[in-house]
Amino acid sequence: MLTFEPYGNPTYFALLGVALLPLMIGILYGKRSRLYETLISIFFLVLTFGGPKWTQGVALIIYILYEVALTWGYAVYRKQHNSGPVFFMTVILSILPLTIVKVTPAVANGQSSLIGFLGVSYLSFRAVQTIMETRDGTLKDYQVMTFLQFMLFFPTISSGPIDRYRRFEADYRSVPDRDKYLGMIQKGVRYIFVGFLYKFILAYYFGTILMPKLQIMAMNSRGGFMDLSWPVVGYMYCYSADLFFDFAGYSLFAVGTSYLMGIETPMNFNQPWRSPNIKDFWNRWHITLSFWFRDFIYMRLVFWFMKHRVFKKPTTTANVTYIINMLVMGFWHGVTWYYITYGLFHGVALVINDAWLRYKKKHRQSIPHNGFTQVFAIFLTANMVCFSFLIFSGLLDKLWFH
Amino acid sequence: MDIKATVLQILSDLTGNDVSGAMDDNLFDSGLLDSMGSVQLLLQLQSDLGINVPVSEFERSEWDTPNKIIAKAESLA
Repeated sequence: MLTFEPYGNPTYFALLGVALLPLMIGILYGKRSRLYETLISIFFLVLTFGGPKWTQGVALIIYILYEVALTWGYAVYRKQHNSGPVFFMTVILSILPLTIVKVTPAVANGQSSLIGFLGVSYLSFRAVQTIMETRDGTLKDYQVMTFLQFMLFFPTISSGPIDRYRRFEADYRSVPDRDKYLGMIQKGVRYIFVGFLYKFILAYYFGTILMPKLQIMAMNSRGGFMDLSWPVVGYMYCYSADLFFDFAGYSLFAVGTSYLMGIETPMNFNQPWRSPNIKDFWNRWHITLSFWFRDFIYMRLVFWFMKHRVFKKPTTTANVTYIINMLVMGFWHGVTWYYITYGLFHGVALVINDAWLRYKKKHRQSIPHNGFTQVFAIFLTANMVCFSFLIFSGLLDKLWFH
Repeated sequence: MDIKATVLQILSDLTGNDVSGAMDDNLFDSGLLDSMGSVQLLLQLQSDLGINVPVSEFERSEWDTPNKIIAKAESLA
């Protein structure tokens, strides 16, 4: 049986084009066919999770039933009651499958968990935010069918972008008018073609052609200070380029396909390499993930710390929360020393960045601000980021411990 | 109580700037507000005006200028 990585090869795109055509004609004439949308969703989900990967498919079905039971149960419960412990238990239960999937390799010699499937981390974000917004009372009208469509929306199921229930629902319940939709088609097609350039040309060159060579060179140049060498520096930039073009390319496919289906899935990247500081970088890099962390971890923790006056100074609150926030992000990537160090690195970077911004605000007159300082800030930020990606890549783990 | 004056007072305490001359300037773009500042704003609105805003009600694009914040506060009061 046929099986595909999402957006993995030309056949997938050909099938996508054929499947989307009737749907697009429908939207142009102001109609959405729920039945047809559900059928092609199932078709592409089977392509991704069926055939030799059927165990993942079974894991996905069980996982979805489990999350539906939790979110639905909580929505019903929340209409009558609002207890803190019940809320926390529900959130913990909803991330339990993800936790098992992430911890299993660390405790079982790298073996992956049986309940894992492609996309489990991204689906967990959607389930958790649904529960949190239900608790806040901002999500009042929870519908099982909408939740299923939201979770199983096939263009973004494997790696995001991470949409929001209420935003998705508003798009899904309406049909864009013809002028707007024609604009969306134009954008969608352009995104997909830029995605081809990013993923199949640039990421292929950096990731498949160049990176393995640099890795061999780096491994052969060990012995110097901390086993570092020029090939390690080359690998750092090459890995960063690959990471960006691969993931930005995938994201463009996912957003482009969503647009063709009349859904404005949010963008994941916005020129991250021109950020003048780390804080701005996180407003431009993997945006839907960093905003998810901002809205559902950072802001909520700050709110709680300040309401209960845990720390005296607001800056202490902000700093402690930065570190917690980025550490959680590190753990989310996986339970290895290099992912966790990567998270810690970015947490500390944000703390330093904020201190500098405060200092700059106080001494506005005496600190120069011109074209040169701007270029220097961008250069420094990009290099800090690349260094953090070197940690993230795991190359140091191979250099030092293998 | 005058909501507009209270919000402007809160914003000037938070940002260290008098924002009353630039009511439509984006506070996030200019760096005067960030996530931390947003939470402080929500808590101040709660203690000074008794307005309860859950964090998930805080959609940045609806709260990014002094005028928008005043309008939001008035609609929720």
